[in-house]
Amino acid sequence: MSIDIKTAAHVAKLARIRVEDDALPALAQEFSAILGFIEQLNEVDVDGVEPMTSVTPMRLKRREDVVTDGNIQKQVLANAPDAREGFFAVPKVVE
Amino acid sequence: MSDLTKLTIAGARDALRKGDTTATELTQACLDAIEGAGALNAFVHKTPEIALERAKAADARIKAGDAPAMCGIPVGIKDLFCTRGVDSQAASRILQGFKPEYESTVSQKLVDAGSIMLGKLNMDEFAMGSSNETSVYGNAVNPWKSGDTDLTPGGSSGGSAAAVAADLCLAATGTDTGGSIRQPAAFTGIVGLKPTYGRCSRWGIVAFASSLDQAGPMTKTVRDAAIMMQAMAGHDPKDSTSADLAVPDFEAMLTGDIRGKTIGIPREYRMDGMPAEIESLWAEGRKMLEDAGAKIVDISLPHTKYALPAYYVIAPAEASSNLARYDGVRYGHRAKLAQGDGITDMYEKTRAEGFGPEVQRRVMVGTYVLSAGFYDAYYNRARKVRALIKKDFDDAFASGVDAILTPATPSAAFPLGQTHDDPVQMYLNDVFTVTVNLAGLPGISVPTGLDSQGLPLGLQLIGRPWEEGDLLNTAHVLESAAGFVAKPGKWW
Repeated sequence: MSIDIKTAAHVAKLARIRVEDDALPALAQEFSAILGFIEQLNEVDVDGVEPMTSVTPMRLKRREDVVTDGNIQKQVLANAPDAREGFFAVPKVVE
Repeated sequence: MSDLTKLTIAGARDALRKGDTTATELTQACLDAIEGAGALNAFVHKTPEIALERAKAADARIKAGDAPAMCGIPVGIKDLFCTRGVDSQAASRILQGFKPEYESTVSQKLVDAGSIMLGKLNMDEFAMGSSNETSVYGNAVNPWKSGDTDLTPGGSSGGSAAAVAADLCLAATGTDTGGSIRQPAAFTGIVGLKPTYGRCSRWGIVAFASSLDQAGPMTKTVRDAAIMMQAMAGHDPKDSTSADLAVPDFEAMLTGDIRGKTIGIPREYRMDGMPAEIESLWAEGRKMLEDAGAKIVDISLPHTKYALPAYYVIAPAEASSNLARYDGVRYGHRAKLAQGDGITDMYEKTRAEGFGPEVQRRVMVGTYVLSAGFYDAYYNRARKVRALIKKDFDDAFASGVDAILTPATPSAAFPLGQTHDDPVQMYLNDVFTVTVNLAGLPGISVPTGLDSQGLPLGLQLIGRPWEEGDLLNTAHVLESAAGFVAKPGKWW
């Protein structure tokens, strides 16, 4: 399957990665090559096969739904590029 | 003692307990070796203060007679592991400056066992790559050379492999999503073990593909892999996929006796165009195990051919979800914004600047295969093929096979800087290793020979789930029979 420039631009948008217009043709070509490689999967007869959900057959552990930590605001914010007054700061979201 | 850094973990443990050396001496020797090995670009964040402080504590512990096997052993930690207060950036620009407030479970277990972190090791960005060339730090270099040509140490755990092979540390942690421990181990003449999925906690390890990622040891010998695995393994309530199973004494299982064991040779791993040297290495390995009393049988793993394409759907899909967290809000890099830029501009610019080309490519491929209209055709189909690949192994083990012998890589280490116009060519490096991740099995790469250029080559053994001890024992027999002792000549 070959990916056109419009689809490449759409995927970049969904992935929230800015791709300049002049880089789109090369990107579309790379996608096409990778998807071409993946197309081999169509040769496999998968009728009646359940998609794998867990590679080791085990039930995930459960725990009580309770608060296990907290009061670590300083640590939570320590690596933020922009933290103010105890919050993460971001550009305006709502006009 | 001279040449302290050349010691194995087992050798150092014995020397420390006898008082022939101290953890402080050993650590200082490694720190000196690291200072002199800048050309390898293996250690990208050095932590000498932490190392010497932990060495002092280890010496006290050894003196008190309370020392587990890893106590006083200097190790390197792959940059993918979060280490408290120490740069942990998965070799990515997007995590520049990130100093975690917490310690990964595996690296914490190594601290608790008394081992000493020397620093953080180079790798491919977010563990995506097979040559260490996608790293924001620039590539690590293989201590082995072919003439004057600089070679890749492999990837993604390339810094770990280079550091252990060059005796900068006694051992290192690696992680393996499609071969990232075993391929670099084979390229540098060391041992690399990827344990069963769930054997080690993934908590605090930067996630690439959560259903495939596993941490494991990269060491000079199989015995060292057993010792280090012991310290790294075990259930962790913070990782719901880590198995609540007892961890056996792996070193005690190295009996050297594999009589009566059945070793399978999968015919589908005989690839078209496989170099004759790899073919003969494989035949020699088969003979070594046979001579040691194992029964050799030819087996079939019919869906092998589809492992790489399935992997290149599943791994990017999971990566695109995992890497959604790098948004420039909570940690790491944020792009400088122009007047009037909104939050979407911030995300898009931050991710374009922060992720390198290979990571961007995989995130977008993953986004595509998960997008509306393609989810069934790509992602669900790949998960079905994955189930069939696992069934191939289940069938082989059910027929009485104890372990499977294959080449570790399709070639020896290749030159750095080869242009890769076609990303698919690079993906073929993982052809022998990726099946093991898809099936969640333990796999180990053991150095068994040199090619005509004098470069190391490795064989891979694949074991039954949770039977790392048995697998290590078979690997130990292969290692002893091969008698691989070659070391790279020091040029750095």
